[in-house]
Amino acid sequence: MDLQAGQLLLVQGGNGRGKTSFLRLLSGLSQPEAGEVRWNGESIDRVRETYQQSMVYLAHANGVKDDLTPVENVQIYAGLRGQKRVQAEIEPVLVRMGLAACLDLPARVLSFGQRRRVALAGLLVSGALLWILDEPLTGLDVRGVAEVETLLREHVRAGGMVVMTTHQPLRLQGVDTVMLQIGPVMQVDGSVSAPANEAA
Amino acid sequence: MWRFLLTVIRRDLLLAARRKGDWLTSQFFFVMVVSMFPLGIGADPEQLRRVAGGVLWVAALLASLLSLQRLYADDHRDGSLEQMLLSPQPALILALGKAIAHWLIFGLPLLVIAPLLGLQFALPPDAIGTLVIALAIGTPVLSLLGGVGAALTLGLRGGGTLLTLLILPLYVPALIFGAGAVDGVLAGQGAEAQLSLLGAFMGLCLLLAPWVTGAALRVSVD
Repeated sequence: MDLQAGQLLLVQGGNGRGKTSFLRLLSGLSQPEAGEVRWNGESIDRVRETYQQSMVYLAHANGVKDDLTPVENVQIYAGLRGQKRVQAEIEPVLVRMGLAACLDLPARVLSFGQRRRVALAGLLVSGALLWILDEPLTGLDVRGVAEVETLLREHVRAGGMVVMTTHQPLRLQGVDTVMLQIGPVMQVDGSVSAPANEAA
Repeated sequence: MWRFLLTVIRRDLLLAARRKGDWLTSQFFFVMVVSMFPLGIGADPEQLRRVAGGVLWVAALLASLLSLQRLYADDHRDGSLEQMLLSPQPALILALGKAIAHWLIFGLPLLVIAPLLGLQFALPPDAIGTLVIALAIGTPVLSLLGGVGAALTLGLRGGGTLLTLLILPLYVPALIFGAGAVDGVLAGQGAEAQLSLLGAFMGLCLLLAPWVTGAALRVSVD
């Protein structure tokens, strides 16, 4: 299967069906036993550097360090991707994610949902083309979910790509959404069950 | 690449600065173990001088094991290891950065404390100087090889014990040449040969260890 720029791939399936494993294969963290993940037509093993430059992966674990403040966390996240981001660039993004009150607090004292927001802010600051999101809505409140929906719409409309899993209903009007069903359909409307091993 | 390497180092130093208790433990352990020996074997300066090199080196090896268990474990737990591996840079740069940061946090303070502990063992000034030089060449070996062990035992239950069994044998060359350098000075033979061999071993570790560590890290998140 293929994913084009400006499309969102919604991976669905019951617990333990392999949604996370699928996303990890796409991100290059796991190696497929058969098949190949391609980026712009080339195997991601061959173009790893370019691919990882254009891709961000939000896993179950947020990768947020408890002892650092949200600003430091995002700054280091960008630095690890080889990007330099100053505080003035990061703070508006964190404020947008609803973290205005805790910019200087260590992430240890933040709630689970707030740490999720820090991780999402890292994603935004990276400016990557492809977002791979594993349950991005976990722990977010109603306004957080609405904010993420807005982010997804903006990103996809700007020509970005998203591959994501979620168990929550998403309002994605006007977004070119591709559905991928892993395992039997549970309650969803549009579904396909094809072996998926390619994203471009 | 440089930004990535510097970010990894800066990140670990920042985290260490926020959690002083964690890394000071291994320094205190080093001081404690070394200080036990004069109490245990008596205050005869001749005898103390003879064991000084070996005691200080063994204590340094054990202290490094104490600090290595957490090298990758915390990052593995909170998911930041995955994020670092997903960076565009190869995993060996990550391993190198982590080893450098570990050396700055663990090895460098050891160099400062060692001369004081050398005095406890009645070491003459030239032997203390050699001890510091030997530690300066040898402690990076501990950080580099330790990284291999920490990466290989990542996510295992009882990984700490396994790490000890896995890494201590690899430390043996550093121990022999490092302690031998101090003994050489005491015996009046000079330490150049031992220090050169220690330097060669360090060079070998610098070449191979980050590469092996990087591969082990990739496997551990697969």
